[in-house]
Amino acid sequence: MAQLFQMKPPTKMNISFKINGKAHSVDTDGDAPLLWVIRDVLDLKGTKFGCGKAACGACTIHVDGEAVRSCSFAAKFAEGKEITTIEGLGNAENPHPVQQAWIEEIVPQCGYCQPGFMMATAALIDKNPSPTDEDIDDNIINICRCGTYYRMRKAIHRAAELKNSTTSNS
Amino acid sequence: MTTTKKKISRRKFIVRTLLGGTGVILGTAYLARNPLRRELNKSLNAAEPPFMGNTDTPLVWFEITSDNKVRLHSPKVEMGQGTFTGLAQLAADELEVDVTQIEMVHAETITGNVDGMSTGGSTSIASLWQPLRELAATMREMLKLQAAKQMGLEVQALEVSNGVIASGSNSMTYGQVVDGVTEWEIPEIPALKDANDFKFIGKPVPRLDLTDKVVGTPMFGIDASMPDMLFGAVVRPSQIGAKFISADATEAHNMPGVVRVVEEEDFIGVVAHTMIEAENAKKVIKVEWQTERNWSTQDIEDLIKVGNGDPMVIQKTGNAKKILEDQESNDNGDIITAEFKSPIGAHAQLEPNGAVAFVESDKATIMISTQVVSFTRKEVAERLGFDEEQVNVIPTYLGGGFGRRLHTPNAVQAALMSKAVGKPVKCFFDRKEEFQNDTFRPPTHHLLKAKLDSNGMIEAFEHNVSSGDVMYGSPLVPGFVEPILGSDIGAWRGGMIQYGAIPNFRAVSWRVKLPFATSWWRSLGLLANTFAIESFLDELALKNGKNPVEFRLQQIQNDKAGDRLRKVIEAAADKANYTDEVVNGIAMGFAASTDAGTPCAHVAEVSIENKQIKVHKVTCSIDPGIAVNPDQVKAQCEGSIIMGISASMFERMYVEEGQLRPIIYGPYQMALMRHAPKDIDVIILENNDKPGAVGEPPLGPIGAAIANAVFRLTSQRLREMPLQLA
Repeated sequence: MAQLFQMKPPTKMNISFKINGKAHSVDTDGDAPLLWVIRDVLDLKGTKFGCGKAACGACTIHVDGEAVRSCSFAAKFAEGKEITTIEGLGNAENPHPVQQAWIEEIVPQCGYCQPGFMMATAALIDKNPSPTDEDIDDNIINICRCGTYYRMRKAIHRAAELKNSTTSNS
Repeated sequence: MTTTKKKISRRKFIVRTLLGGTGVILGTAYLARNPLRRELNKSLNAAEPPFMGNTDTPLVWFEITSDNKVRLHSPKVEMGQGTFTGLAQLAADELEVDVTQIEMVHAETITGNVDGMSTGGSTSIASLWQPLRELAATMREMLKLQAAKQMGLEVQALEVSNGVIASGSNSMTYGQVVDGVTEWEIPEIPALKDANDFKFIGKPVPRLDLTDKVVGTPMFGIDASMPDMLFGAVVRPSQIGAKFISADATEAHNMPGVVRVVEEEDFIGVVAHTMIEAENAKKVIKVEWQTERNWSTQDIEDLIKVGNGDPMVIQKTGNAKKILEDQESNDNGDIITAEFKSPIGAHAQLEPNGAVAFVESDKATIMISTQVVSFTRKEVAERLGFDEEQVNVIPTYLGGGFGRRLHTPNAVQAALMSKAVGKPVKCFFDRKEEFQNDTFRPPTHHLLKAKLDSNGMIEAFEHNVSSGDVMYGSPLVPGFVEPILGSDIGAWRGGMIQYGAIPNFRAVSWRVKLPFATSWWRSLGLLANTFAIESFLDELALKNGKNPVEFRLQQIQNDKAGDRLRKVIEAAADKANYTDEVVNGIAMGFAASTDAGTPCAHVAEVSIENKQIKVHKVTCSIDPGIAVNPDQVKAQCEGSIIMGISASMFERMYVEEGQLRPIIYGPYQMALMRHAPKDIDVIILENNDKPGAVGEPPLGPIGAAIANAVFRLTSQRLREMPLQLA
């Protein structure tokens, strides 16, 4: 039998952080995965849910420049951090070198896992400006079911190239 | 110009509209004990799938905006296969607009552009090749007629390009022409463009959804939301065959954020203010399930055996059965036999299934990623007691399809929860539920037999395949179809013999009922059947020291299908410089298949590193007839090859303590970046006058091609997927 019950307020805490350069302060369950704060509270839907166990990488974001799987990162640990999601990486007019490379190589198929891969790649080439194939194999360990790995590898090398040329020009 | 409305002819196989996959019959089909079965199978196997949607008027397809953009409301959904781009190319060429002027959107069912069929079976471009170009050409003429009226000119005086209709210095954009027009004259279907005049068809146009997908803006089902939306969670069983008996939700009522517990005859769910609250409340609902037994992997393997279940001869030429039963040949060892197996496969698409639903007193709105838009509408309408027209299904992008979304009953559950709370409700599977409630690729067992003649060529060949259901048992396929069809066309996709010059051959499909749902998985039986047949052909070739490519070529019949297959085989072998020798530790393996009329051949270059199979390069040759978008044909080949590597080398569901496991990526091992070949060379041949299947055929040969290479490296004949070295 269905019954209507009065809602009880969940245990909430206030968490402040910067996301894509903008300061936010949210009241949320501190143990909730940051992924759902980003998606359902801040309404940034580019970061995807895949597994909830940090096993697929679809939810990869940057926390203080580090690639993090946000489905398994408690919201309370975001306090005072700088967070970047795919929406903050670049945009259509001003794509990040990783996005530019992804466009040049026509990587996405269904596209669902792609933001996670691009965030992981952006973090990789920040640390390692010219990753070898082996570096890519060791660091890009997200899952793509459409099988875009072949084009993705080419795009990762291209992204490194693009990033290095922008860096050396500036 | 006459303006009588001419309908585009449609075939009348009602059952055809319900199916997600097709295959192709090669050689002599032997399905026919009655004419109805023969006709139905022929229709289901057509390499020329009909389009079963609305072709009565272009007006439900095209919406032209004042800024001169054309919005194409597609009844086919975009799940990565690139169909939006291909369809836009077909339309742009006849509409005389630039392809980038076309904005592709999913048609909501309320627009009336409803496709009776699913999006699946590699049929979208093939089935719309003629109708969509005719619709676009008709729309162009409608615009010209209207422009002529507004400009006070004869239609013959008007020229059209890039969405601008002009006569001398006089011109109007399509956007200007449509402004305020409420009645349209629909002329007869004009003649279509000659292939030489194509501006977009045949060109590697970048995917239209490319930039959106790179900046993260496209809306998938899980991204959908409605104002004032609540979140639902449904309790789902872990045990195979569990039936819902009763539930105690006392505790759940008192959990934070809970709005309502919803109990229906077949499920119990909870609606809360946030997804986390709904999931937390769900965990404390105590459900009593009834299960009949605790299944194990061994139980399933015991069921899936050639000889069990119902046999059906699906192909027969000559007298293979008699030749292969000959006792003397058997005693002499002239009959060669082999067995192969494939495991239960999960779809493992990244976006889980779910829906957002809002049920009001007289209408329902569903936002969902589904391959069966019209079937979902029907299912929701039936459960709510609505007419179908009262339900609007709004399709979103799919975070992978692969056959997983050929039934999406989550829509009904979300709708019932929304009805209970009077607000929109979003409800999704978690990953464990996705793995355990998948509609799996069925496991298979194959028994092959052959006899070679004195020249080492095949005299008789037989393939027996035992499989769980693919098409049967699906809610999409009405039960009455089964006795008419006689066998599960999905299970034996790829199970027929494509080498028609073999004098005697026979294929038999054995149907086994499994205790869990099995269904369409990209390419259906093709991957496993081709693995078995093409591995066995390799064995037969090597028996007499023959080159496996030559061996295949010599047994291809002389007809159009044979010619296309021959050319595809030659192209792949030539481009890869196929050799039987192991060079620098790398061996080549060859295999070919024909699926839904599209022949495809792979050469896999493989080595063994740290006792693991490593695929370095795949050369793939495919003949889709016409490649509407060569870049997307390549993308589909690359994706199929990598998904095929994943399925044939790593993936396996097992049954333990009555549960399907594993329940998470990682333990369900899949190909990662490190497993993908660093080189994939795709050769596209175009030896037909229309486009055919692309999205699934290239999955066929990959397992066999890898296994055949492994044999050259190790002398081990791998007879079971996932391929593992002894």
